[in-house]
Amino acid sequence: MVAVLAGLVPLADVLSVFVHAAAGPLFVEFPFESQYVTSIIYVSLYVSLSAVALSTLFSVPVALVVGFTDFPGERLVKAAINTGMGFPSVVVGLVVLFAVSNQGPLGELELVFTKEAMILSQFVLATPPITGIALAAVTGVQADVRDAAFALGGTRVDVALAVVKEARYGIATAVLAGFGRAISEVGSVLIVGGNIAGSDGVSKTRTLTTAVQLEARQGRYETALVLGAVLLVLVLAVNAVVVRFGDGGQMR
Amino acid sequence: MPIQRRKFLATVGTAATVGLAGCSSVLGSDEGGAGVVGETLTLTTTTSTYDTGLLDALNAPFEDMYGVTVDSVAQGTGAALETARNGNSDVIMVHARSLEDEFMRQGHGVNRRDLMFNDFVIVGPSEDPAGIEGMSSATEAFATIAESEAQFVSRGDNSGTHTKELSIWSAAGVEPGGDWYQETGQGMGAVLNIANEQGGYTLADRGTYLSQQSEIDLTILVQGPIEGGPELLANPYGVLAANPARHEDANYDLAMAYIGYITSPQGQQVIADYTANGEQLFFPRALSEDPNFQQYVPDGWSADESNE
Repeated sequence: MVAVLAGLVPLADVLSVFVHAAAGPLFVEFPFESQYVTSIIYVSLYVSLSAVALSTLFSVPVALVVGFTDFPGERLVKAAINTGMGFPSVVVGLVVLFAVSNQGPLGELELVFTKEAMILSQFVLATPPITGIALAAVTGVQADVRDAAFALGGTRVDVALAVVKEARYGIATAVLAGFGRAISEVGSVLIVGGNIAGSDGVSKTRTLTTAVQLEARQGRYETALVLGAVLLVLVLAVNAVVVRFGDGGQMR
Repeated sequence: MPIQRRKFLATVGTAATVGLAGCSSVLGSDEGGAGVVGETLTLTTTTSTYDTGLLDALNAPFEDMYGVTVDSVAQGTGAALETARNGNSDVIMVHARSLEDEFMRQGHGVNRRDLMFNDFVIVGPSEDPAGIEGMSSATEAFATIAESEAQFVSRGDNSGTHTKELSIWSAAGVEPGGDWYQETGQGMGAVLNIANEQGGYTLADRGTYLSQQSEIDLTILVQGPIEGGPELLANPYGVLAANPARHEDANYDLAMAYIGYITSPQGQQVIADYTANGEQLFFPRALSEDPNFQQYVPDGWSADESNE
């Protein structure tokens, strides 16, 4: 995870240069040369990728368990997952704020207005779609694949791995859906993160979305548009990477 | 993890403070106790100080001087105070004396100081459909707008500006409402944009208006006291520390260092020097030959009960 994030900083630089070059003639005074945009991109990716990584680690086992075992309350769990896909993000932000507020149950951790609080709220938001879509992918795997894995003397873990391998494209779609929800989300990160950037222009909890919101609030629509474009490019880039991963590295 | 980080930083901070013995005495750390280097101050403030860019100019020298970080969270005055009530803020910079006083009376805040002032202006389209241009009374202007049912865009967000707007409506004897009156629930910049798009009037702080002036077509129709307008449109800013007895997590030492800095000649100079589009946005008020005792206590407070 750390290595991935470390690799992203040059990526952000490249994106900055690229967008700057493209936007140069249009927008004269855009602060790409400063750390401002780079740090915002970093925070956006750090928060969203961390949240999605955690969500995935949580969701895929849950999807396997729910998909392959019968237990009382199964329909309830599925209903909860489906409902969770539609959680309004501002409500999640509000609830997480109450939780991490210094007077809240997690107040001891002093998480309010930090990236960790933002990761927490995005985890809550990304987990239902990832679980739901992964569940559909896992249950969609042909029963004979499972039977074959069992027949070959596989343990439960082997079977699960075989199923995950078979369902990897669907799981990649699930991860992308979760990532899309996380990185494009404004309401909760604004509430729990506070949209903080230092006086030196380095973002602490400012993401691309909250930066767009801030710029639009101040009437600087050009800057907002460029930041929005950067966000789009990032989402496209991450999509490309995940889709290739889902293909097992083969281009088809 | 943040707890550990805090402890770590406190340790590093103490070491650094000892190392910089000459500077550490400034911080008043007793018995070589915890310094403030490396710590973070959470400042909740209003969108008007933030969106004008003043805070960056004001905070940078402070951060350099003490080796600390200021996390500025821009909210409306009401939200900034509420965040502090919940113990999530160390120092608050706002502009609604009535709300500040309430906060102080409830025991959440200590050591309020007058900081600076600017003023409110009534802005609107240059065609001025309601005909309020050049009026010398804010209440008269508001009453005229209401009478002609010209579009008025309100912050509607419990901010300092919104609080001021409501007090003007109330002084004008008007209960605003109806199609012509829109509550947006957004920051000053956004409201100026909305009023601009709709050709409506709004009450704006001069600072945000000036910093955005080049991008909008709205003009000042009724001036505030800085340009000789009515005193009702004055916009004084105060700064308060969260009460460390009420909020144990509040970083009181650093909050007081910050208040000391922004009310010092140096901080006040930064405020006086800050301009947008060539105009001064805020006027320092912490230093005065005739200090106003009332700045330290809530409005209407009296010492009678204890003295007589």
